[in-house]
Amino acid sequence: MTVSALEANDAKRGGRSLLSALLLPIVLVNILVFVAPVANLAAMSFRSAAATGAMIEGFNLSTWSSLISDAYYWSMLWRTVWIGALITLVALVLSYPLALFVSRATRAKALLIVLCISPLLISAVVRTYGWMVILGDQGFLPAMLRSFNLTPPRLINNQLGVIIGMTEILMPYMILSLLSGFGKLDATLEQAAETLGAGPFTVFRRIVLPLSMPGILLGCLLCFVLAVSSFITPKMLGGGRVALLATEIYDQAIVTLNWPVAACLSVLILIVFGTALLFYGQLSKIVE
Amino acid sequence: MLPKIARGVHALSIILILMFLLAPVILVFPISFSADAYVAWPPSAWSARWYVALLHNEEMVTAFRNSLLIAACVTVITLVVAMPAAVALTRWSFRGQDALISLFTAPLLLPSIVLGLAILVIFAGYGLVSSWPGVVIAHLVITLPYALRVLMTGLGTMPSFVEDAAGTLGAAPWQVFRQITLPLMTPALVASAALAFIVSFDEVVISLFIAGTQLKLLPVSLYHYVESWTDPLVAAVSALLVLGTLGIVLIVERAIGLGKAVSK
Repeated sequence: MTVSALEANDAKRGGRSLLSALLLPIVLVNILVFVAPVANLAAMSFRSAAATGAMIEGFNLSTWSSLISDAYYWSMLWRTVWIGALITLVALVLSYPLALFVSRATRAKALLIVLCISPLLISAVVRTYGWMVILGDQGFLPAMLRSFNLTPPRLINNQLGVIIGMTEILMPYMILSLLSGFGKLDATLEQAAETLGAGPFTVFRRIVLPLSMPGILLGCLLCFVLAVSSFITPKMLGGGRVALLATEIYDQAIVTLNWPVAACLSVLILIVFGTALLFYGQLSKIVE
Repeated sequence: MLPKIARGVHALSIILILMFLLAPVILVFPISFSADAYVAWPPSAWSARWYVALLHNEEMVTAFRNSLLIAACVTVITLVVAMPAAVALTRWSFRGQDALISLFTAPLLLPSIVLGLAILVIFAGYGLVSSWPGVVIAHLVITLPYALRVLMTGLGTMPSFVEDAAGTLGAAPWQVFRQITLPLMTPALVASAALAFIVSFDEVVISLFIAGTQLKLLPVSLYHYVESWTDPLVAAVSALLVLGTLGIVLIVERAIGLGKAVSK
């Protein structure tokens, strides 16, 4: 559209002042609850708190330097990253066949999609509670194992419980991303390959997998960043024994009341996010 | 012979994965009818005692009512703020438009624990923590991006030439909006309202930071209850919440399709 056409368009719809008026409320709210708080939090990480929780005047690097020199935080960062990566991997392995099946379904496809992603709309507290019912010492799974005369391992208040629960809770995001990627998959391509003599494994490796790569990458990015920032599930299924970045942010902010440390850890989580995004961008380029 | 076995294994694994995905949501139903004083499988007897206990649990009833009211307020304000923005961002083209859209949807990319902490630090200085307006405003940070995206999708798939035609025929902009745009975007409006409601009602992390201990909200009360009690009361609440969510899922699915609404 040319500039004059744009201007004519504007005039017809009431011009620039109307445009500004329409956008004003959302800009105000966005500044109030997003831009200002996040900028303020980043600044907060360059302050420090006395043992009483009172803020010390002026900006400095002391909170950052004490954090970086503390091995406790390094091991927590490492644990957060590997647990997040493991959850992403398991979620991918479980979601892929399911998503492929759903995208190929001829009957009840809409129902299957709703079944797969409606857990997203159920509160994380409720779904995590469901896992406590299943994994708890008196829960469903240990009872099942006992009925087969097996000794159930400890499934709750440890890393295993957190990984099982988080994998299920994040799977709908993976399924959704994979489904959007499978949209490009054309069944006739596979039939053509089969007609030309390719076995099912070759068809999968040479046709299905490469074409679904964008969906895989998007799902992995989403799962990883959500796993890294999850707080409710690790807190409830970890029983306070699995310290991750997100749970530590909460403890520092609400229990210890050391806001500068909580702010530093928040910036750290954002750095992990940024790194994941960078990886995603690079891998997407390779895939294309 | 072999393909048959392979197909059987494939079908079985699909069913197992689907069961894994739905297990926690389904199993709260039988546990909620347990007669035991603690969560144990299988329950020694069945009863509705935890539903009765729920009705008499003052904290849960108050928290439920508060959460409903907050979600209703958040939904109304979300629509009032997001609707004009969605019209502006789809019916005008101007420089910096894409940057603005990214800015408005950016909160979805940040972990809610970071958003919660960031808002807490600011709100603490203005006495907004543990207050109704504080919680409502804080919830807007996550409901607005969802609503804005659903409304923009709705407006984007709607041809603007109908509006242009009405304008050419002499209708004032406000008239065009009321008589053409608004009726055509009803499905998107219903979907974004349902989403805003459910996102606000279910939000636990931001509420944990902003609602504090005085203002009781259901997800927060459930979280604290599970921390200190192991009886099946929470299963009863969970079962009711799952049924309520199912109703809203059906509304969203009818209006625009669930897949479009919840993708990040």
